[in-house]
Amino acid sequence: MKYMKQFGVILAISLLGELLNHLIPLPVPASIYGLILMLAALCSGLLRVSDVKETAVFLIEIMPMMFIPAAVGLVTSYDILRPRLLAYGVITIGTTFLVMAVSGWVTQAMLNRKKEEKTHE
Amino acid sequence: MSEFLESSAFFGVTISLCAYGLGAALQKRFKCPLFNPVLISVVLVMLLLVTAHIDYDVYYEGAKYLSYLLTPATVCLAVPLYEKLDLLKKNSAAVLTGILSGVVTTLLSVLVLSLMFGLNHTEYVTLLPKSITTAIGIGVAEELGGHVNLTVAIIIITGLTGNIIAPGLCRMLKITDPVAKGVAIGSASHAIGTAKAMEMGETEGAMSSLAIVVSGMLTVVGASVFANLI
Repeated sequence: MKYMKQFGVILAISLLGELLNHLIPLPVPASIYGLILMLAALCSGLLRVSDVKETAVFLIEIMPMMFIPAAVGLVTSYDILRPRLLAYGVITIGTTFLVMAVSGWVTQAMLNRKKEEKTHE
Repeated sequence: MSEFLESSAFFGVTISLCAYGLGAALQKRFKCPLFNPVLISVVLVMLLLVTAHIDYDVYYEGAKYLSYLLTPATVCLAVPLYEKLDLLKKNSAAVLTGILSGVVTTLLSVLVLSLMFGLNHTEYVTLLPKSITTAIGIGVAEELGGHVNLTVAIIIITGLTGNIIAPGLCRMLKITDPVAKGVAIGSASHAIGTAKAMEMGETEGAMSSLAIVVSGMLTVVGASVFANLI
């Protein structure tokens, strides 16, 4: 019963996210509204972590598998990718390396600077 | 046979999970990052569909139930984020600057490379939302007049790339702080990358989840400005 209740809470918030996505004319998906709503509900004390915890942990754990169907859909877009395969391939994969490196470095540099400031105080 | 598969509610999910299981076993056996369970399962299912002449729509008829869970699972990313909220508040300047630098790097590097490859406006704006979560990316590509299907493919390849390279790249570049790792992974490779961040640790996962939301919002604004440049 506990799991069903938790799943119910999570689905209800997903539904509210869908509703916001329907009402607000911005390119923000239901899942992102839902994430923000869930965070707000937890912060405000409307929900406790224990109301959703186990089911949330389970869903997050199996999340990688949920991307398989969409990724397999790449078979249907191969024909439109092909004419520009090299350009798209280089840009898509190359920039992923670059962006991960830059945002990682910037964050780490700022964290380190903060730590140094603390030790000087 | 195809008729049976078309009416089967379990075929798509079952082969996806079996392929994932096989991928996970291979990863355990060979430590190479290319033995990534998501990548392997996607390739295996693709091979099966192509060699057995099974239509993608037939596969998706069952597999859609896996995709169905994606919205509730994304909603759940708020839970680890909430549990790390104090850490986030303490480091908010570093985290937000890190995410912003990721968004700017995506937009700038796509611009520069598109100019180098001589891409036209449509091709360029198709690539601009590459690092953000699919549903926001579709909205951005539509708005700017890109090929939406192609944007989806590019976003997925970006996510898979991030999922595969994250642990190795962080180690090589000496990005050791879990907060920095999470920001880097989420900014570069949205939810598919975040799945890997979750495996790396709770802090990594929480920061990566936050990066999905913030970089998504920033890209909506940033891409509309950058779209005018080609």
